[in-house]
Formats: sequence, structure tokens, C-alpha cells
Amino acid sequence: MRLLTDEDIEHLTLGATLLGTGGGGDPYVARLMVHQAVEDFGRVRLVDVAELPSNGLVLTVAMIGAPTVVIEKIPSGPELIGAITALAEHIGREPVAVMPIEVGGLNTLMPLAVAAELGLPVVDADGMRRAFPQLEMTVFTLAGIPASPICIADEKGNQIVFSATDNSTAERLVRGSVVTLGMSTAISSYAMSVEEVAAHAINGSVTYCMEIGRRLARIQSGAAGAFEDLLEFTGGRRLFAGKVIDLVRETTAGFARGTLVLEHLDDPQRTLRVEIQNELLVAFEDGRPVITPPDLICILDHENAQTLTTETLAYGQRLDVLALPCAPEWQQPGLLELVGPRAFGYEVDYVQIGGVEA
Amino acid sequence: MSGLRIGIDVGGTNTDAVLVDDSDAVLAAVKTPTTPDPFDGVQSVISQLLDGVDKASVSQAMLGTTHPANAIIERRGLGSVGVLRAAAPSSLAVRPGASWPADLHANVIGPSAIVGGGFEFDGTEIARLDDDAIKAFGAECVAQNVSAIAVASAFAPINNEHELRAVELLRAEVGPDLPISMSHQVGSIGLLQRENATVLNASLLGVARGVVEGFRAALASHGLDVDAYLAQNDGTLMAAEEALDFPIMTLGSGLTNSMRGACALAGLTDAVVVDVGGTSADTGILVGGFPRESGADVEIGGVRTNFRMPDLVSIGLGGGSIVRPAGGSLSVGPESVGYRVTSEALVTGGRTLTLSDVSVAAGRLVGFGDASLVADLDPAVVKAALEWVDAQFVQMADRIKASGSKLPLIAVGGGSHLVPDTLAGVSEVVRPSHHAVANAFGASIAEASGSVDRIYRFEARGRETCIDEAKQIAVDGAIRAGADPTRVRISSVSEIPLSYLPGRSCRVQVKAAGPLLA
Repeated sequence: MRLLTDEDIEHLTLGATLLGTGGGGDPYVARLMVHQAVEDFGRVRLVDVAELPSNGLVLTVAMIGAPTVVIEKIPSGPELIGAITALAEHIGREPVAVMPIEVGGLNTLMPLAVAAELGLPVVDADGMRRAFPQLEMTVFTLAGIPASPICIADEKGNQIVFSATDNSTAERLVRGSVVTLGMSTAISSYAMSVEEVAAHAINGSVTYCMEIGRRLARIQSGAAGAFEDLLEFTGGRRLFAGKVIDLVRETTAGFARGTLVLEHLDDPQRTLRVEIQNELLVAFEDGRPVITPPDLICILDHENAQTLTTETLAYGQRLDVLALPCAPEWQQPGLLELVGPRAFGYEVDYVQIGGVEA
Repeated sequence: MSGLRIGIDVGGTNTDAVLVDDSDAVLAAVKTPTTPDPFDGVQSVISQLLDGVDKASVSQAMLGTTHPANAIIERRGLGSVGVLRAAAPSSLAVRPGASWPADLHANVIGPSAIVGGGFEFDGTEIARLDDDAIKAFGAECVAQNVSAIAVASAFAPINNEHELRAVELLRAEVGPDLPISMSHQVGSIGLLQRENATVLNASLLGVARGVVEGFRAALASHGLDVDAYLAQNDGTLMAAEEALDFPIMTLGSGLTNSMRGACALAGLTDAVVVDVGGTSADTGILVGGFPRESGADVEIGGVRTNFRMPDLVSIGLGGGSIVRPAGGSLSVGPESVGYRVTSEALVTGGRTLTLSDVSVAAGRLVGFGDASLVADLDPAVVKAALEWVDAQFVQMADRIKASGSKLPLIAVGGGSHLVPDTLAGVSEVVRPSHHAVANAFGASIAEASGSVDRIYRFEARGRETCIDEAKQIAVDGAIRAGADPTRVRISSVSEIPLSYLPGRSCRVQVKAAGPLLA
């Protein structure tokens, strides 16, 4: 068990911006929420799954909607608490812990605010260890764990508890409800036993995120060898250092799509193209795929190592493109159908980082 | 002669002033050290400027000042502000003033309340405005003797009705004199950042009164009967009357004025501006006569706001940068002798090899110190240092440029001799006259503007219709602010598609600006 300090939460926020892979919502609002919850209710316990009773119930909790709405219609607390308590009531059992559904972006921190208020621990695990745009894009889906029953709740007390036949149908039902409820709503889903979390979740992901944040902070303060340390810790690679020479954005079917083109800083003949769908999804060097989902594309400012989101990209920026391997828990049957490049509409095969055929 | 304008910039170190005519030609320029009471300096520059000038020919005066910025940084003269947020039942998880530095919080944040109200992204109500809670809050503000109130509601940039109604209700409680700032007039999307900016604005109202009264008194004492304006951070003006209500808009105006002034002195609208001082060089870019803004949220006194500041690239390169030859290689800066370059550089009889010495040895800098003192400087060192300098400028220009095309580069500042006459990726290097008073000149040529920042659903009405509407709102705003209707133009349009929102939702930001009606 670890009682999270302010510094831990800072690092978690920083790590969450990197694992957001350009999307996932700005964790800043979430960090403020956690600070207030800690001030009002006390510090948050982060526990390893092994510390929980094996038949205990674990529920995920997150905000779902649109990042732009969340920064204007700030969460209140009752929607998050409401989602989790209504789901627990529906199931007929009290949870022993809450879990992030995604460690990446603002949902990394939402469970902490809930945990403080409910006096529950946060289990050090999640279902993505990065941000993905859809509810079914979890390792839980690969393990056959249903997202249902699901509770969607808003700040006014509206709550919808429902079940879907499969997780992608659940995603469609959720989106419809979320639009009706104002695009800044809480969701509790993927009810699991502690045993299932131990067997199927990405365990250690909250700590992983915090450790990334700790290393990023060192890079940003200019510590020697910090970058190498981050790459070693994550098994990642600094794949490209380039300048933005083209940036196209458009919205289609609720997704912010776009294309980013970088010219290499040292060799103008080399270009890297990154395709965007809310998150940074696929990278091509000279037309050849070099990073494909579920591996992570992370973009840092070349000068100060600040993490950039897709909305803050601009022409002329000098950027470092990092490739981080996805969590090893993703490597199981059904992976590519669920979160491979073709699942996002790109007619390319999954490649290992750097472009070696898998 | 008529239609003369006075531009004044009160900076941390110097107070600059220019007198310009109706074709923007500089008739007189003055620079004096900033005085403890800044308006002593303002008085003094005005009297120097107007020496021998018919006062009746002056019609407008523009002031750029760091007063409000310094007030926040130094926690000086700030008022206590009651903060009313209309957004409940949303937003309760983050109270007003969250994450403010403790000392600023203690100085500024008075009573606060989150009451029912605000709007959803589609413009429908989150909740009915809670009239009773607002009245009670008004009474609380009176009881606690706040100096101003800030009002913010969710999605006020899309629908401001609740803010307007809340102010009406508050007025009935607090009377007609207590100032109230509304968020939809201060900031854009992002409730917490907009609320922060509104609170800071409200806390600065007392400071603003001092500035405007001081400026008017200085003008009146010279018998000047002119329209008075203050410079805003986006390079445009607001009437002094309006500055009484929106002092926060003046933050950062010095930087903007300096860049715009340099550009206009060079007769350009699109250029890279490099300001080289003793210790560092700042590079910005102007597009259509305005600085490109940074995408990042700006912190003011440790408080996150959604203000935009000019995008800048800064490096440790200046006239005083220390040069250290080390065998075959060489390193420069970031350490600098700064303003002591006039006594510590080799050419001035000092003992430190600086970039100014290198510049003198290479003939880039003429008339500074004694060139014979660097006559035996190793030419290889001079060459290597200048190669480093040139590479830095090329890289800075490259980083700041908004497109692959070549642009002119304007070199200003005391260390601008370091900028070579030709640079890769730059069409020409321009060194405008009067660049020492670029700030004041920038204030004198500032224009009136209007802007809009809204979320549109393109699917419903079509992209063209939405963009046209936004442009019209911006143009109307500029004309209301005093721009000549026949000369207003759109100065920037940005569209940011928004994830997950239905109906091809897009955030549209448009700015329009035009010269003041004479």
C-alpha cells in the first residue's frame, strides 16, 4: 500500500500526459479535482491487487464525453460517486477498490478523486495503459470480460444502468447517452472480481505512469541522462526529431482526424507522417509504417520536453517523436482486430516499433 | 498640422515616447528611465515630445504599461474579490481559486460561491439560475466589504444570459458602484482559466483607475485634449474608459508593442523580429501585422489563465555573452556580463571576451570601444564565434517561422549588430531607424479590434455560414471599438475541430482589426 503524496500526483499527471498519446483529455482539471478531494477527504491509497480480498468487487470509473466540454463543464464529484454507487447497487455488492479504465489522459486521475471521497483504495492496474478513444478497446475485452453492466451518470442525478450484448455495442449505447447528458458524464463499468483483475488487467500501470512522470520531470529540469533513463524504463525509442512542415485537421463522425508531417532536423530528405484520430495513431516514415497501434506515439517539444496534445500542435514546432511499446498484456489473440491499425481504418499491418514486420 | 498621435510605453527600465503624424512618420522620439511614480516619467516624456509642437494638433494618445502586470507579480494594490460561479450542479469538484499561490489567494480571493446556473455545450441550461443564492452571495460580499465581484458561468462564451442576469441580481444587493467583472467579456473556452482571468481582472480595477487617472492627469497637465487609449496584449487598443473595466487585457502589451513597432518601423507586416539584448535574444513572428500567439495557457503570477501571449523563442545570446575559446573548440554564453558590457568587454578596457568584442573584431559593430584592443584576437576564434552566432539566428528564425517560405528578418535591440546581413532562410535583414523606441511606436500605431471565440456545429448550417457569421461578429466588434469601418480587415481565423462532439463541431476564433477613425 502506498499513500500518494502531492509529488506522486504531480508525477502521475505528467506521466498521464505522455500516455495520453496526444489525446485523452488534459489531466490538469483532474489534478485540481484530486487536490480538492484530498483536501476534503484525505489522502489516497494505491494498492497492489494482491493486497485485496480475492473475491472482492472492483469497479472502474472514468469521465466520458468530450475533452473540450470537460474543461468548461467541470466535473462535480456526485456524477462519479453516483455512477459507481448506482452500479454497485445494481450488482448488489460494495466495491473493495476502484480502478482506472485507462492510464493515459485525464481518466488516469479521476478514480483518485472518487477513491478519496469513498475512502476506497485505487488498485494499481487498468485496461489500456495508454489512451484509446473507445470503451471496448481494453485488454478486458480480449479476455472476454464484459463492460456491462454499465452506469452512466451526470451531475444532476440522472443515471442510466444498462447492459449490452457485447463491448462494442456498449460503446455505441454509451455515446448516445453521453451526448444527451451533455458530453461530460461519469461512467462506471467493467465490474470484476479482484481475482479477475489479477489475471486480466494491466497490473502496475499506475506506478508505471508515475515512474514515467518522475523521469519526465527530470528531463524537463535538464538532468543528465534523464532521457536515456526514460527510454530504458519504457523500452521505448526516440524515433524521429523533426520540424512540423504540414498539419491538416478535420472532423468526421465525431473524431478529430488529422495528419502531421515532420521533416527530420538533421536530414531534410527524411519525413515522418503521423495520422491522428483523437490520439496519435500511426506513424509512417517515407511511406513505410514505423509505429502502429496499440504501440504508443508520444510527442515532446524538442527544446523543453513538454508533452504536446494534438490540439496544441502547430506549424514550425520542433518535436521529438517517441515510440513506446504497448503493455505486454495486449499481446493475446484478437489484439489486432480490436486495436490494430485496421481497427482504425488504416490499411497497413501491425509492425514492431521501427518498422520490422511482426 | 493635425492628427498627431503620442505613443508612450512605460517599461520596467525605460519610459519611451514617440510623436507620430497621420502617415505614421516619427516626428520626435524620447527615452527616459522609468520613475518611481511612473507618471512623473510620463509627464517628462510628454513635455520633451511637445517642445515646439502645437498642442491642438495632437488628437490621440496611446499608453502601454506594465503597471497591472507588476501589481500582480508584486501583490501590490490588488483588491479583494467575491467570486460567483453559476454552474452548479456541475463543477463542484474544483472550487474557485484552486491551485492559486497561497499569498495571492489570501490577497485576492474573498467569499466565493458556486450556484445553480450555466449552460451545456449546446446552449441549453445546466440548471435554472439560482436567484436566491445569488442575492445571498451579494449580501455576503457587502458584509465582507469586497472591492469587486467576478462572475463566471459554464459555457458563457456560448451563452452569456446567466452572467448578465446574475449581475442584475447582484446590483440590487450591492448597489450601483461596486464593480463586477463578467467572464464572457474576459476570456474564452475553459471555465477555470477564464474564471481565474476574471478574478485577476476584478482585483486590478483599483490599479486600473490609478493608471487611467494618472495618464489623463499627465495629458491634462500639458493642456492636451485628446482621446486616450491603452494598449492590449494582442496589439490593439482600448479606450481609457474601457481600460477601467478590463485592466487584465493590458498584460503583456509591452512585448507585443515592441514587435509590432519594429515591424511597422521597417514598413512590413509579415516578418520575423529578433530583439537582441545584452544577455538574450527573443524572436517572434508577425503575420498580417500581429504577433503569432502561443498555443499554451499563460500563467500570470502563478495563476493559469487562457490568455494568449506572443509566441517567442528565446536563447542566451546577447552583446554581453561570454566567449570561451577552449583549444580547437569554443563555447558561448549563456553567461553574460549583461549591461556591464560597457566596462567589462575587452574593447572597453575590460577583461572579458564577449560577443561584442567578436563583433567589433569582425567589423559588424563599429564605434563601440577601442577596436585596437581586439586587434590581436585569434581570427579562428572570431570566425568560430560568429559561425555559432549565425547558426543560432538561422535556427531561431527557422523555429519561429509559420511556413517554409522566406521572410524578412527585423533586427532590433542593443545587441542587434550581431545579426549578420544575410541569413539562410531569410529574404533580407532589415534594421529600422528609431528601433530604440519600438515599444512606444508600437503603441502609437495600434488599432481597434474585435474578436470572437465560439463553438460552431458545421453540420447544421454549413462551414461557410458559420465562419462568415464569426467574421461579421469580429468586424462589428472592431467598429464598436472605434475602428474605421472602411478599413477593418480580418486579421486571423483559426478553426480547431473538437473530438467526440456531434455535428462536426469546431472551435472558431476570428479577430478583426482596423485603424482608429481619425
